[in-house]
Amino acid sequence: MPDLGLEVLFKGSNMLRLLQGLWAAVEISLVSIVTSFPLGIILGIIMTKENILIKFLTKVYLEFIRIMPQLVLLFIVFFGSTKILGINLPGETSAIIVFVLWGVAEMGDLTRSAILSVPVHQYESSKALGLSKTQSYFYIILPQTLRRLVPLSINLVTRMVKTTSLVLMIGVVEVLKTGQQIIEANRMTSPNAAFGVFLVIFILYFLVCWPASIAARQLEKKWS
Amino acid sequence: MDFGYIEKVWPLYQKAALLTVKIGLEGVFLAILTGLFCAVVLYEKVPVIRHIVTVYIETSRNTPLLVQLFFIYYGLPKAGIMLSPETCGAAGLAFLGGSYMAEAFRSGLQGVDNIQKESAYSLGLSKAQIMCYVVLLQAVSTSIPAFLANIIFLLKETSVFSAVSLMDLMFTAKDLIGLYYKTTESLTLLVVFYLVILLPVLVAGAIAERRLRYAGFGA
Amino acid sequence: MADYILNIRHIVKKYKEHVVLDDLSLEVEEGGVIVIIGPSGCGKSTLLRCINGLEKIQSGSISTNIQGYTGNIMDMGVSRQKIGMVFQSYDLFPHMDVLGNIMLAPVKVQKREKDKVKKEALALLERVGLENKAKSYPRQLSGGQKQRVAIVRALIMHPEIMLFDEVTAALDPEMTREVLDVILSLANQGKTMLIVTHEMKFARAVADRIIFMDEGKIIESNTPEKFFENPETDRAKKFLNVFSFDNKIS
Repeated sequence: MPDLGLEVLFKGSNMLRLLQGLWAAVEISLVSIVTSFPLGIILGIIMTKENILIKFLTKVYLEFIRIMPQLVLLFIVFFGSTKILGINLPGETSAIIVFVLWGVAEMGDLTRSAILSVPVHQYESSKALGLSKTQSYFYIILPQTLRRLVPLSINLVTRMVKTTSLVLMIGVVEVLKTGQQIIEANRMTSPNAAFGVFLVIFILYFLVCWPASIAARQLEKKWS
Repeated sequence: MDFGYIEKVWPLYQKAALLTVKIGLEGVFLAILTGLFCAVVLYEKVPVIRHIVTVYIETSRNTPLLVQLFFIYYGLPKAGIMLSPETCGAAGLAFLGGSYMAEAFRSGLQGVDNIQKESAYSLGLSKAQIMCYVVLLQAVSTSIPAFLANIIFLLKETSVFSAVSLMDLMFTAKDLIGLYYKTTESLTLLVVFYLVILLPVLVAGAIAERRLRYAGFGA
Repeated sequence: MADYILNIRHIVKKYKEHVVLDDLSLEVEEGGVIVIIGPSGCGKSTLLRCINGLEKIQSGSISTNIQGYTGNIMDMGVSRQKIGMVFQSYDLFPHMDVLGNIMLAPVKVQKREKDKVKKEALALLERVGLENKAKSYPRQLSGGQKQRVAIVRALIMHPEIMLFDEVTAALDPEMTREVLDVILSLANQGKTMLIVTHEMKFARAVADRIIFMDEGKIIESNTPEKFFENPETDRAKKFLNVFSFDNKIS
């Protein structure tokens, strides 16, 4: 078997460093998720209101965030902030800003469609049963909305975790960057380290995202 | 806004955009072929191959394109597989997109009524003919909206190509920001060029969805 | 026996443990029009599907004596095109126009010349009164029109036997009429047909022989006059009583 640079991983604290790099990426997504999901749900509820101005503004916001590649958004915030605000935002902060903006938009849209997918007769029949507006919201509408929302938002989480790999491009030291550093440091002793290191990073991302994907699928099946 | 500068770098952006679109379309094309193959394998429950396809789909969907590209571009040469940056870009996009296209086609295939297959069978069509003339065409047309959404997704993903030293739009923008410090102009051009590439697909998707929802064939 | 075009011998069809066709035998002579009636779940649709090879039988044999295709149905392969079938639900291909639907099989399966097939398709469409719908798509047609196109699509393959599986069950009464008229005219031309239907008046008008089925067996096989006037079996009597009651109400 040819040397594929796997031994580098077991040298010193290399594996630990990779895991720390992965954590840096996951941390960015966790902070973004915790911030953006509640805001997104509020935005989603606002978006169901029949107000032309709100509809227009939210639509423009949503569509712009959606059509732009996340990397373009990262560039705009990272490079643009220096130019426009005159401050040097660190890569991590820029990344969190972009992921929150993105998360709010996506979560808002998911919430909106989840609320709208509850059939009208559900509202009507809970009204006919004599439930108050708040009661029908809490006992009838919300549980149904959540059942649709939870699997979709788990998918959003995995999408976000996957997208954190991009923060490398604005100078954040995360798992890919750490990988590059390890490969560079061991260039002489194991010239083939790139194969092993990137394969391991590939597997690490898979191990983070795959269980979440399975959970989302199971919940979707169970609740559909 | 420095319009003189914009005029000066416009050709650079144009060139980069063409490269982005070219590799993007190559990747999309390969992704469609991969997706079609995987969807048919899963639909027909082809033994053995379907398990390989499942493993592929799970891997492709649960890893980022950037990591896939790094592995293809930096890792594979160490195992003796050397690819040019362009081929890497297209191959990476195909690897990522194949699973998304497969999902779109598969739900289209499942949407085709059984009676369609039975009546084609009773007309004497062979299994391959039924797939080709009856099932696949219907499946493809019902999956067009999902399919266009995937194309947008994949074209957006091309933005990471600069990481494997492809001179795409992101590469050009970053390069120019570093060279001339014209951040506003460079970023504006970046946004404009991506809009020019992506908006037509978005509009096509909206039209296709409306047509399919309200009409269908022969509208 | 060569005068039988279709010979069904002791066939058994089961879904898991449930017996749908129970040692059933039936001979059909060339040009014969057989109408199969019976309560729902009696196996009549399954019988047609077995004849067309859509369902596999567990035992027994179905053989045909069609010109050049003598032998067991299961081994016939491509020659199942000699048996045409029209289903209850509209089964036209939605992504093709009417002509496309009709021409697909003769051109792709029988490799016939496109121009000639088109001519014949248009002539057949005229016969069923749909000559102006050649370029329409299925969704632009009414249920009755769709079924007439489905009949033409089967006929253009020049089948020796036609199978109709409750083709009017999903239609409005006025549309039922236009479809039954087409089938009736086919019967008058001497086409061999097996028809599953709930339209009793039509059954009486079109059939050479009525087969009454229940629980996967043929209970009674009779001429239409005798069957409807004076059925031999109690079960057939009971079945017909239900229908005459229905008819009185409607």
